[in-house]
Amino acid sequence: MTYSDATIWWIIVALGIGTFLIRFSFLGLIGSRPMPPWVLRHLRYTSVAILPGLVAPLVIFPQVTDGQLDPPRLLAAAVTVGVGYWTKGVVRAMVCGAITLFVMLYILG
Amino acid sequence: MGPSTQKSAQRSALWRGAVAALPFIIVLVPFALLFGVAATEAGLPISQVMGFTVLVIAGASQFAALQFMIENAPVLVVLASALAVNLRMAMYSAAITPYLGDQPLWKRALLSYILVDQTYNLAVLEYEARPEQSMAERTAFFVGCALSIVPLWFLFTWVGAALGGTIPPQYPLDFALPIAFLAMVAPALRTLAHVAAAVTSVVLALMLGFVPLNMGLLIAALVAMMIGAEVERRMA
Repeated sequence: MTYSDATIWWIIVALGIGTFLIRFSFLGLIGSRPMPPWVLRHLRYTSVAILPGLVAPLVIFPQVTDGQLDPPRLLAAAVTVGVGYWTKGVVRAMVCGAITLFVMLYILG
Repeated sequence: MGPSTQKSAQRSALWRGAVAALPFIIVLVPFALLFGVAATEAGLPISQVMGFTVLVIAGASQFAALQFMIENAPVLVVLASALAVNLRMAMYSAAITPYLGDQPLWKRALLSYILVDQTYNLAVLEYEARPEQSMAERTAFFVGCALSIVPLWFLFTWVGAALGGTIPPQYPLDFALPIAFLAMVAPALRTLAHVAAAVTSVVLALMLGFVPLNMGLLIAALVAMMIGAEVERRMA
């Protein structure tokens, strides 16, 4: 990294302000004004529309294996989704996913 | 509701939020450690590592910024790509406005600062399950979630930065984020519309990986939201 100290601080502060403004955008500007039903209908799918897409590349092309498909990570992801879907438990899903990953890495490692 | 019952309802919502967020500690701690370690190894002093974590509080974008900084990218590219990772929060901001919008601007500003993946996702699950709650209770639940995780996010980033490169590389810290996010999403797949949105998101995000500055993810998300809304409309 060849940036000066001042440049790095400028990046940090700009990123902090920018991120805050993104978070503040609707909550700050719209406040209590009602939004049309079609907007609300779209917004109901925000989480399920973003998080799977954010995670998919990390699951399929993990950086630690230089983007090669990694069976332990793939299985851990599948177990997390399966347990979360059928039991509706966030904790259970995370714990089962993490255990799967550790066990698989131990067996295959 | 009288003032004292209202106060106790708020307190109980705060507690419920704090407890609901506890499980995320399991993944937040390794993720925070990892950022501290990675940023320190990239050459940042602890003050700058903590500056990132406190001012930005958005792990995925902090990693994105760090990655581009390691590659000595132009400052504008660093900022644009890291902010693009955070654009999903504009959608969170819009989605949470009907629940939290009817209060003073300063409160909305503080809530915006702690609007992260975990607080948003936990809060929406709670608000849908308990639609009768007052604005004050909903706010208390949201703040409770943040109280369980944000201080630990700061603390363990600092621990990671202080430890530097002493964490053995065989610990699969990289997978903390996927497991956390998948565990949040899976229980939310309640209807065909939710499943359709999630599948669209995965397929498009993988197909659009070539689009620069993470814009592929945003396109995938927008299309996925439209698919979800459309399936819901047709099923109704």
